Order: sequence, then structure tokens, then C-alpha cells
Amino acid sequence: MATATAAKPATMAQALNRALRDAMADDPSVHLMGEDVGALGGVFRITDGLTKEFGEDRCTDTPLAEAGILGTAVGMAMYGLRPVVEMQFDAFAYPAFEQLFSHVAKMRNRTRGAMPLPITIRVPYGGGIGGVEHHSDSSEAYYMATPGLHVVTPATVEDAYGLLRASIASDDPVIFLEPKRLYWSKADWNPAAPAPVAPIGRAAVRRTGASATLITYGPSLPVCLEAAEAAREEGWDLEVVDLRSLVPFDDDTVAASVRRTGRAVVVHESTGFGGPGGEIAARITERCFHHLEAPVLRVAGFDIPYPPPMLEKHHLPGVDRILDAVARLQWEN
Amino acid sequence: MTVQELPGAGADYRPTPPPAWRPRIDAAPLLPDTEPHRVLGTPAADRLDPALMRRLYAELVRGRRYNAQATALTRQGRLAVYPSTVGQEACEIAAALVLEEQDWLFPSYRDTLAAVARGLDPMQALTLLRGDWHTGYDPRECRIAPLSTPLATQLPHAVGLAHAARLKGDDVVALAMVGDGGTSEGDFHEALNFAAVWQAPVVFLVQNNGFAISVPLAKQTAAPSLAHKAVGYGIPGRLVDGNDVAAMHEVLSEAVRKARAGGGPTLIEAVTYRMEAHTNADDATRYRTDAEVEAWRAHDPIMLLERELTERGFLDDEGIQAAKDAAESMASDLRDAMNADPVLDPMDLFTHVYAEQTGQLREQAALLRAELEAEEQ
Repeated sequence: MATATAAKPATMAQALNRALRDAMADDPSVHLMGEDVGALGGVFRITDGLTKEFGEDRCTDTPLAEAGILGTAVGMAMYGLRPVVEMQFDAFAYPAFEQLFSHVAKMRNRTRGAMPLPITIRVPYGGGIGGVEHHSDSSEAYYMATPGLHVVTPATVEDAYGLLRASIASDDPVIFLEPKRLYWSKADWNPAAPAPVAPIGRAAVRRTGASATLITYGPSLPVCLEAAEAAREEGWDLEVVDLRSLVPFDDDTVAASVRRTGRAVVVHESTGFGGPGGEIAARITERCFHHLEAPVLRVAGFDIPYPPPMLEKHHLPGVDRILDAVARLQWEN
Repeated sequence: MTVQELPGAGADYRPTPPPAWRPRIDAAPLLPDTEPHRVLGTPAADRLDPALMRRLYAELVRGRRYNAQATALTRQGRLAVYPSTVGQEACEIAAALVLEEQDWLFPSYRDTLAAVARGLDPMQALTLLRGDWHTGYDPRECRIAPLSTPLATQLPHAVGLAHAARLKGDDVVALAMVGDGGTSEGDFHEALNFAAVWQAPVVFLVQNNGFAISVPLAKQTAAPSLAHKAVGYGIPGRLVDGNDVAAMHEVLSEAVRKARAGGGPTLIEAVTYRMEAHTNADDATRYRTDAEVEAWRAHDPIMLLERELTERGFLDDEGIQAAKDAAESMASDLRDAMNADPVLDPMDLFTHVYAEQTGQLREQAALLRAELEAEEQ
């Protein structure tokens, strides 16, 4: 076997870049657009080299205007293109929310299926990189609350490739949340033979266990896996479910896990009040009430505007806070 | 290090601005005329094409009748709401008629008449306002975007579509309509800026009808005219009498021609007036006087054209009657169509949210189906 096909350490950023490149090569209707995506390759270099390879018409530096970027992408999709839009940072996407909520999410519905909008909106999100304010928000609850959007977020190098390919191939608009602090996370990955495109809407059990289930996604997955390892010392055998897709939500995988373990903790960076964890906890309670040994707990970011970087370590859910929650589950027993 | 210590800095040190500091283009050719462009009642009317003018006349009369019929249907409760374009028919008709078949129209919620004049079935054009379905037609088939209720948000769509068409090498122009109030929205600015930077084949038509619901133009903008806004984006602005259908047709045709030829976008401000209230939910007497409305009645678009055409012998009583008869027939068909109660399938609520229903929606669809079956028993 040729050594060229061997798996090598690759970063999530490289996998995302490869996914964009492969999607553009496979389908001439795929167009990238955003601020700084051209010569610079994006501030995180996710679009590195794509303008050079595919030309400015396929990977376009736009004026600095998020509503304009998404609004023109809507028109391009109306004409049959598959725009992939980059919102440079989570909180920079907010000016585009009217386009997102009023048009992107609803166009298929308001035209009774005549005009689907296959737009992928890439949003680097979350904290933990020392960014100043407006550079670390976790906005997934806003997107989840809007019917018509898919909301996905990879946590591994393989998923970064597979889910992005699936998102671009989707005939529906997809909010593709990129956990920016995992951009440089590495895994053995073979870019010459990338993993098959993962279907949108399927959660993955990343670690099996019997004591309790940690339900998480995106940037909190490595934290949960670390917590699960640490929990072994306490004699707790934790299962870790990576949701990968918030909309559609994989009720089956989550419920099956919680029914096995009887206990669940939802972990995410986003605020707890009105955040994704409340919805997830409610869904678990509705489906698994008779299997639960304890209330479903949430370990989330505090209900505060994203803190300054020197304080963010106190805000972000860490291993200790997760283990404390797990201990409370045991105590309930 | 102080300025004096900088290399080359001396007593006569003067920083020379780099070229990027200077204006890149001469703004003068982009400026609109100070007076709106007019044709009817001016020497320019000598160049009128009688056949085109008769067609515009018939469409204006039909448009006025459409406005009257839709307003009546609102009073009867057949339409939830109807934003009238009485007084603005020249803008609506001209916008529809300057486009080729392959071109796209991006209407605002007030521009049902433009969609109908472009050939859309009057009934299909009214589903949004009837409360039936949001968009009663296939936008790709008619090349008419859904009527947009949020202000100015359809303008960037027009830019993106025109840009995409040009990337594909297709001969397509997009014409986007917006009101005077819409020019204050961020999307208006972003659309014009993108269109200018990309030199997209787009024509922006602002119908300045005097009021954004109740707020007069003077409280909307301090610009000399809305057409002036074009200059800052590096595209030409045109000011035109929106009640003069010949002038509207001329200016719009020219802008469409220019866009088609690769000359980039144009912003056109049509100065017109909304003769009726914003919608049936609005009380226009709270913010404007009868005298003001009456003054505009003397500048009615149908009257202006009819006078010009009859004086020139292009239109006679028979022609006027024929236009009226065609309009009555349209109104009668529309009444018949609207008097039939629409048959809606509640299960359609879940059909078009996603290409494939999510598990969550399948559960909710099952719930509704069970409720409907229980009602039937």
C-alpha cells in the first residue's frame, strides 16, 4: 500500500479547508464568500488557497457587511448556486440575523417548496482562545429556535470534514458552527481518503459507560472526555454522547444512552437559562422519565454576557464543574 | 521618535497623501438632475411610440381597477390587508414592462400590481395578503421573487441573483423595488454597495410616495433627494416623475439596457404619491391634509397620459372604452376567484419546512393528524 494514503496528524482547520476544496471541485455551483476569505484565506485560514485554486468568482472577498453577505447569498442560491458563507466570528453574524430569520430559514416554506436555499453559513463560535468581547459568543440557541435551519457542529477532525461536506450538499440552509478553540486540535486523518460524509442529524457515542451520560457537542466534547477519564478514579463509568447536530436533534441516540445509564448531564458553553441544555433536558425527561435515577442536570456557561478573556476560565464548563454535577447525580441516588 | 526625527522630515516636512486618499472617480456624472425627468406635456413627448403608449394606458387603467378591486375585497374580509398603489400605477406598470422574460422582479409587499403587470395571475399574487399561503406562485417559473414584507431585505437578493446570473453567463437583469422608508434600512445600503462593487446588472427603483406609513420624507432623510444616495456608492442616480409613465418607462428602460450591457447598477427615485392610506388599518387623515391629496389628484398618472394621447390623436373614446372593458373583465374574474373559499390542507404546515421532515416535525405532524381525525368523528 502506498504511504501517500496513510493517516497523518491533521488539524480541524485543515480538514475544513479540505472539505471546502473537495466540495468546490466536485460541484461548480459551490461558491465561497465572506470578509477576508480570499488572499488572506480567512482569519483562521480555513479558506486558505481556495481563491488561488478556484478564482475570485468562486471564493470571493466581499465588502464588510454581514447582512449584505448573507442577503446576496440568498439571491445567488435563488439562481441555483450553493453559497458557503463565512461569518468571521460568532458575534459578527448578528447584523445578518434578519436575513437569516426572515428569508434564509423561511424561503422553502413560504414558496411551498418551490425555492429551497442550499446555503451553508460557517460560524466560528465559542470561547477559550482569549478573544476580546464579541469574539467568543455561543449563539446556538438563537439558531436552534428558528425553524427552517439545520444547526450542526463538529467536535472532531473527521466530523469537521464529513459534516461540512454534508452541510454543503444539503438542500436546506445549514448553520455550521465551528468550535474555534478546536481549530488546531489534531487527529490522525487521511486527507487522501477522507471519512465518508456523515449524515446530518445523528449523534455519536464517543465513549461508552454505565454510570451516567454526558451529553455535549462542539468545544465541550474534549472537556467531557477528560472528565470521563477523571471520573474513573471515583468509580464512575461515564458515557459521552456528541450530538454533532442540534437541529435535527437525535432523540433516539440520546434516549437510548440515558435509558442505559439512568442519569444525564448536559454540558455546553452557551448560557444555561434559555440555552440548548434546557431543551435537551426537557426532551430527555419526556422520553426517559421512568428510567431516570436523578434529575437531568446542566453544566453550562453562566448567564452572563461573555466575560473578558482573563476571566473566561471561570465561566467555561471545566472538568471539575462536570465532576461536581456527576457527584450530585450520585448523591441523588 | 517625534515627527522631526522621522527620516526625510525637516522644517518643510509635509506628508503627501497617498493616492488612495483622493476620490477615485468624478462624482458629477453620477448626480441626479435637480428636477424629476418628465416626458408627458413636454417637447420630449414628440418621440412617444403610440403603440407602446396605448399599451401602457391599458395597463394603467387595468392597474387602477385592480387596486380598486383589491381594496373592495379587503372591506369584504376576503383579503386580510391590501397596501394600495392608487396614484403609483405608473411606477408599477413601467417596472413590470421594461423587463424581458428572463429578467427578475424583486417586489416589496406593496408591489402586487407590478407582479400582476408582469403576467402573474392576480389571484396567485394575492395569496400573501389573503392569508392563504405566503407565496402563491413558483418564483423561478415567473421570475418574480416572493413579495417581501421586511423592508429592503429583498434588495441584496436581487444583487446576488443578478451576480449569479452573470457568473453563469446568462443575460439577466434584476429590478428591485423599495419605498422611501426602505431607503433608511441597512439592507438598502448594503445592497447598493455590493451591486456597485460587483457591477451587478441590477436596477433599484425607489418609489418615493411621500410617507413611510405616517412618517414624511423630511423625517426620513436629509439627503437632497433619494436619488442622491447613489453617488456615494459610485453609481448613477436618476430622479423621475413617478406619475409620468412615459418618463418612467424611458428611465427604467435605459437603466435596464445599461445593466444588461455590463454598465452596472442604477438607482432611480420615482417621485409619486400614495393617494390612499398605507393599508386599511391606517388613518391617513392623522398625518396629511385633504388639500395635499387633492393637489396630487391633479397630477394623476392615468389623466396625464390620457390627456397627452388624446391631444395627439393616439387614443380615442373607443380606445378608452376598450381599456375600461378589459379592466372590468379582469376585476370580475378576480372577484370570482376570490369568492371561492380556499381549500387548505393543515398537514401542509409540516411539508415545506425542510427537504426531509425532522423527527421532531414527524411527531408534531402525527399529533395534528390525530387531532384532525378526532374532529372528524
